[in-house]
Amino acid sequence: MRLSPVTSQRLAVGFMWLLTGITFAVLVFILAFILVHGLPHVTWTFLTHSPASMGREGGIFPMILGTFLVAGLAVLLAAPIGVATAVYLSEYTREGRLTLVIRFGADCLSGVPSIIFGLFGFVFFAITLGMGLSVLSGSLTLALMVLPTIIRTSEEAIRAVPTSYREVSLGLGGTRWQTVFYVVLRSALPGISTGIVLSLGRSISETAAVMLTAGSALRLPRSLFDSSRTLALHFYLLSREGISMPNAYATASVLIIAILALNLLAYALMRRFAVKVGH
Amino acid sequence: MKRDKVIGAILLAVALSAITGLAIITVFIFREGVPIILRVGPRQFFLSTDWDPSLGHFGILSMMVGSLFVTVGAAVIGVVFSLSLAIVLTQFAPPGLSAALKPVIELLAGIPSVVYGFVGVVTLVPLIRQWLGGPGLSVLAASIVLGVMILPTITSIAIDALQAVPKSYLEGSIALGATRWQTVTMVLLRAARSGLVAAIILGMGRAIGETMAVIMVAGNALDVPRSLLAPVRTLTSNIALEMGYASGDHRQALFATGVTLFVIITILNTAALAISRQRAGKRRAT
Repeated sequence: MRLSPVTSQRLAVGFMWLLTGITFAVLVFILAFILVHGLPHVTWTFLTHSPASMGREGGIFPMILGTFLVAGLAVLLAAPIGVATAVYLSEYTREGRLTLVIRFGADCLSGVPSIIFGLFGFVFFAITLGMGLSVLSGSLTLALMVLPTIIRTSEEAIRAVPTSYREVSLGLGGTRWQTVFYVVLRSALPGISTGIVLSLGRSISETAAVMLTAGSALRLPRSLFDSSRTLALHFYLLSREGISMPNAYATASVLIIAILALNLLAYALMRRFAVKVGH
Repeated sequence: MKRDKVIGAILLAVALSAITGLAIITVFIFREGVPIILRVGPRQFFLSTDWDPSLGHFGILSMMVGSLFVTVGAAVIGVVFSLSLAIVLTQFAPPGLSAALKPVIELLAGIPSVVYGFVGVVTLVPLIRQWLGGPGLSVLAASIVLGVMILPTITSIAIDALQAVPKSYLEGSIALGATRWQTVTMVLLRAARSGLVAAIILGMGRAIGETMAVIMVAGNALDVPRSLLAPVRTLTSNIALEMGYASGDHRQALFATGVTLFVIITILNTAALAISRQRAGKRRAT
């Protein structure tokens, strides 16, 4: 039997809607599953106390601080480099062999798997440069990892700024740098921030690279050279080694809420940017 | 004016940091990993399934096969879902709904891989064990979890590729009396083909490089998997599982595993880049 074009359209499109529905159902399921099991265990004491007996008891305060330090420092390091690269690519040069090389580097770097970053960070920062398994090694490794994302999103944001803005600034006698700094970057700021916020989310989520570079110490990091366990790694170790399921769910809930908040922030920034450059 | 030149030079120096980083990564990974491959012998290292670090046996064939299996499995699942999503969101969903759903796909990309792995272990693995047999921790479980994880990557690139197809192509097809679905299969997918292929290859790169989720659901057995329900160890999980206690030759062999992974991924990414460049060139020419 041959289906009429209209019937086959109905079947095909229905099937694709079904798959679309399943995808979003899976997302909702994952979030709900973690939060329903975990949120009841997220108490003030849990958030503000150190773990006891490998995480079976107590809280996750050192991991919250560790995650904050490792991910925050990573983004703090990567953001200026990424934005500067984007400015160079979009405002200071013409497309040529050099931009091709720079883009190729960023593209390849974005494809490198996190475990390779971990191996590299371990042998380069921790051993060769003598930083050991530490907050610093971890954040330097993550900085390299999120750099391509920041470059790409910043460049997109900068290119979305209308040419007329630049012409007005140059026409009023602004130098190229003044134009870039006061006009282009200021207009592109919400767009650039979106990329930075998403990179922060990626740094917080990362586990494999952090495991090999920042280590898994349970105590509170006192300096950048101390090893510190991040939330994602703590969650992994708690669940994998069956140390404490309630605490694993609770840790995952904190992680998920942080990611949700960052994504929401990124979305809000993007909306603002779209309005600003008139899309 | 002079100040602008100086700023330009500084920006250039900073802009080279990504490629410099890539170069240093390559050098250090290869310097740690290549010597052991040469010492063991490339044939032994790549074609033996015998991995027993305590005896000095370093053969990674079973992990290469393992990575291949879960990557292909993930690609099959990821592609079916991603293409449906991309087609629905660009062609059939009302614009308001598409605009609302795109950030949700972003969110799917933001969920930590350990969370995917964990949810896979506590929900999917028991289902497989109960209904299909085997230990549950399996090629199938890893493929499904990875398929979901690479979905955002493939979907967002596929959406770009579909949106880049000129509206006039679609309008021409509709005007000739084709249904919208016929237009999708005969015009849209064909016109966007190279972009979609690039999306799929990049998705596969993501899948083969993923570590934590795979460790949690794949079972990590050292044998070459004989069925979809058998446990499997990938290149990435081999590194992450053993780095914690490895030293000497063993550690170098793990770096060599990393070198292998690095080379495979670079080939995949370069292929994807070449395909999308080719497309950009073609579009400029017309």
